[in-house]
Amino acid sequence: MSTNNETPDRRGPTNPGERIAEWTDGRLGLYKLAKSNLRKIFPDHWSFMLGEVCLYSFTILILTGVYLTLFFHPSMNEVVYHGSYVPLQGVRMSEAFSSTVHISLDVRGGLLVRQIHHWAALIFIAAMIVHMMRVFFTGAFRRPREINWLFGWSLLFLGMFTGFTGYSLPDDLLSGTGVRFMEGAILSTPIVGTYLSMFLFGGEFPGHDFVGRFYSVHILLLPGLMAGLLVAHLILVFFHKHTQFPGAGKTEKNVVGSPLLPIYMAKAGGFFFLVFGVIAAIAAIASINPIWALGPYRPDQVSTGAQPDWYMGFSEGLIRVMPGWEIRAWGHTLVLGVFIPLMIFPLVMAAIAVYPFIESWVTGDKREHHLLDRPRNRPVRTGLGVAWLAWYFILLIGGGNDILATHFHLSIEDITWFVRIAFFVLPVIAFWVTKRICLGLQRRDRDKVLHGRETGIIKRLPHGEFIEVHEPLSQQQLHVLTAHEQPRPIDLGPEVDENGVERKANPVAKVRAKLSEGFYGEHSQIPKPTAEEYEEITSGHGHH
Amino acid sequence: MSHETGSHNDVSDNLPSEQHGGHGAEAARTDPFADPGLPPHEHRRQDIDEKAAKHSERVVAGLFTLSMLGTLGFIASYVIFPVGKIVYIFPVGHVSALNFSLGLTLGLALFCIGAGAVHWARTLMSDEEIADERHRVDADDELRENVRQQWITGAKESGFGRRKLIRNTMFGAVSLVPLAGVVLLRDLGPLPEDKLQHTLWAKGKVLVNTNTNKPLRPEDIVVGSLTFGQPQGLEEADDDFQEQIAKAAVMIVRLKPEDIKDKREADWGHDGIVVFSKICTHVGCPISLYEQQTHHVLCPCHQSTFDLSDGARVIFGPAGHPLPQLRISVNGEGNLVALGDFEAPVGPAFWER
Repeated sequence: MSTNNETPDRRGPTNPGERIAEWTDGRLGLYKLAKSNLRKIFPDHWSFMLGEVCLYSFTILILTGVYLTLFFHPSMNEVVYHGSYVPLQGVRMSEAFSSTVHISLDVRGGLLVRQIHHWAALIFIAAMIVHMMRVFFTGAFRRPREINWLFGWSLLFLGMFTGFTGYSLPDDLLSGTGVRFMEGAILSTPIVGTYLSMFLFGGEFPGHDFVGRFYSVHILLLPGLMAGLLVAHLILVFFHKHTQFPGAGKTEKNVVGSPLLPIYMAKAGGFFFLVFGVIAAIAAIASINPIWALGPYRPDQVSTGAQPDWYMGFSEGLIRVMPGWEIRAWGHTLVLGVFIPLMIFPLVMAAIAVYPFIESWVTGDKREHHLLDRPRNRPVRTGLGVAWLAWYFILLIGGGNDILATHFHLSIEDITWFVRIAFFVLPVIAFWVTKRICLGLQRRDRDKVLHGRETGIIKRLPHGEFIEVHEPLSQQQLHVLTAHEQPRPIDLGPEVDENGVERKANPVAKVRAKLSEGFYGEHSQIPKPTAEEYEEITSGHGHH
Repeated sequence: MSHETGSHNDVSDNLPSEQHGGHGAEAARTDPFADPGLPPHEHRRQDIDEKAAKHSERVVAGLFTLSMLGTLGFIASYVIFPVGKIVYIFPVGHVSALNFSLGLTLGLALFCIGAGAVHWARTLMSDEEIADERHRVDADDELRENVRQQWITGAKESGFGRRKLIRNTMFGAVSLVPLAGVVLLRDLGPLPEDKLQHTLWAKGKVLVNTNTNKPLRPEDIVVGSLTFGQPQGLEEADDDFQEQIAKAAVMIVRLKPEDIKDKREADWGHDGIVVFSKICTHVGCPISLYEQQTHHVLCPCHQSTFDLSDGARVIFGPAGHPLPQLRISVNGEGNLVALGDFEAPVGPAFWER
């Protein structure tokens, strides 16, 4: 046993695949890594697929993006076009624009790759928002996943900027207008606005630099950061193990589902091809951003109906409906009409980022959670989410006010005023209505547990009375409808101490108790049926 | 540190102490809502009927074969269709034959791989659900204490806490060094100075039509028309054309002199011809929509509306101040000329404005 460090009875590799695995294991510790991950269990639910759409569209963006860099010239040098597209011949344009026209009309398959890239970007950000909604409404952001919520949030935040810098690169009339809007917004920043604009554009707008600068940000800086965040996001998903919905046999201490090898390798791997295939088909059928028809950018030209890509629509809405407030004093101008909308964007994003911490502070819940909430069982959280969506939706309407006005023959003033009012009112209504609906659904769950499912079968009793037959729920259904917790609001404690002296309540604690009452008070949840109530009703009498 | 694993010491007393009841038949006797445990596995047809399994196998293989045909179709399309060929395809319309065929064949090739893999997983791979245990993320007391000791030992050996001079100078050095990177950013662009305050317009500059590049004469401009103009001498081939036109672009309209409500506006014009900056004072879009009956111009980007008969006052939308007006006159040759630069900066508002 002095020189031979292998035990004599150890089976040698039997085939080439195993030999490669052995070789790799000896250098990377492959087997130890595989042991805990190869048969990793993932629960099954359609909504868990949304995150996969994000991952795959990101992968598609990298693949198609690399191809596009082979042909794109990120330069604002002016050239006169002499290519194959007749309407633009003799027109002055930047190299960025002319190379994009070349990719679209002269490189075989170039248009397809460009359209796949652009469609995948729209789908990537849409999928991130919907995935985030799933995580929000089911409470999957709770401990231990708060940091992963922040990773995902950062991906969304960076994704929007990657999208913006990307669609600005062709230097066409539409995207140039968007860049001008951004420059105007930057100028509104108090004190440093003009400096920021000069530094970003290398001088006065538009200058000769921004395409090259956006290019390195778009293809290197932001995707690099995002790739890192994405890997971290996935590592945490593996480390925490996936959440699951409540159900028979599912607890906080287990994860029930199918193993990575073979089920999820086939399903998730296959899903990548499904997503890619669908996006390729969309790119074949639906034209997107035909820049040759828009023409090159000139700061004194514009087309009507200019719209950003959809995920920037809310910022467009903010800027369109804001009144044009300007304050002038002491030789300076405070451009509130532009600066306030510019600031609402990061503030709202920040509010989304910190929500998990706010909720856990308000509810005092710092425990680990692996069983998902059914949205109805958390009416306040669900209401807040829907209120946010309503607010987002109303801003999209504001961003498209000209399109709506021309399509539906409405007055643009009326739409703008509607959005201004709805901006404040609609989220409140949406919150209230959603909370009511959640409470209604909780009552229905309670009725189903206590009285069973309505079968739709009408039975006539011997004395002539008609009743509907209710079918008792299975043990499994009973469990699902009653498995959720119903926490009590945080108690501030007695108002006087044991000596009868009035206690000075900490104002912060008071606010917290009030919020906690809002989350878990008697107006925010319907008491779920107790075992006693169930026994009493099912023990014979009153079975209607 | 009195952390006990198991009994969550970070649980507030308002929360239920148990996150879930026991499960199994034993618990069901006392708790009607107890977890019945994982339901028994139900076999699919493919699990018990080899014929059905064979059928699934053929479907999966068929999909993979279809994918191969898709890729071959992709290569064939690449070879067959010239890049500029446009065809009519119902209901999509006139499309590039190459783009259409490449996209659909690639879509087919990719989609069939995915469909085959998913069908394989759903029908032929085991669908028995497996339960795996979870473990708390945080460390137990022993591990925590171990790491604490390592940290204390390491910190002590470094002398970090004891030798304050080293610590403080290190903090100083590390926090100063990023300044080098910040300083390097200075040459990203010039200082703003008064660049945004001035345009190419100056006393005696002739107004030319942007489209024809010909000097504008008062008689060329009829009541109700909208003309886009720029200073004579600014050429598209100029190095700074884009920056200059972004500030100097103007629109020229002619109103009936009695329609002009603002006295200064009438004074700055010539016989009802008035010239305003074309760049919106909101965020800088060029304004291009003119309603000749109402004398309103509308910015197509964010719908700021200005009344050109009343000093280009903002009457609707998010713009915060009127469009600057250019003072004009007619020179000896009968051409429209500027009497100076704009008196206010054009375009979006900014701090130094």
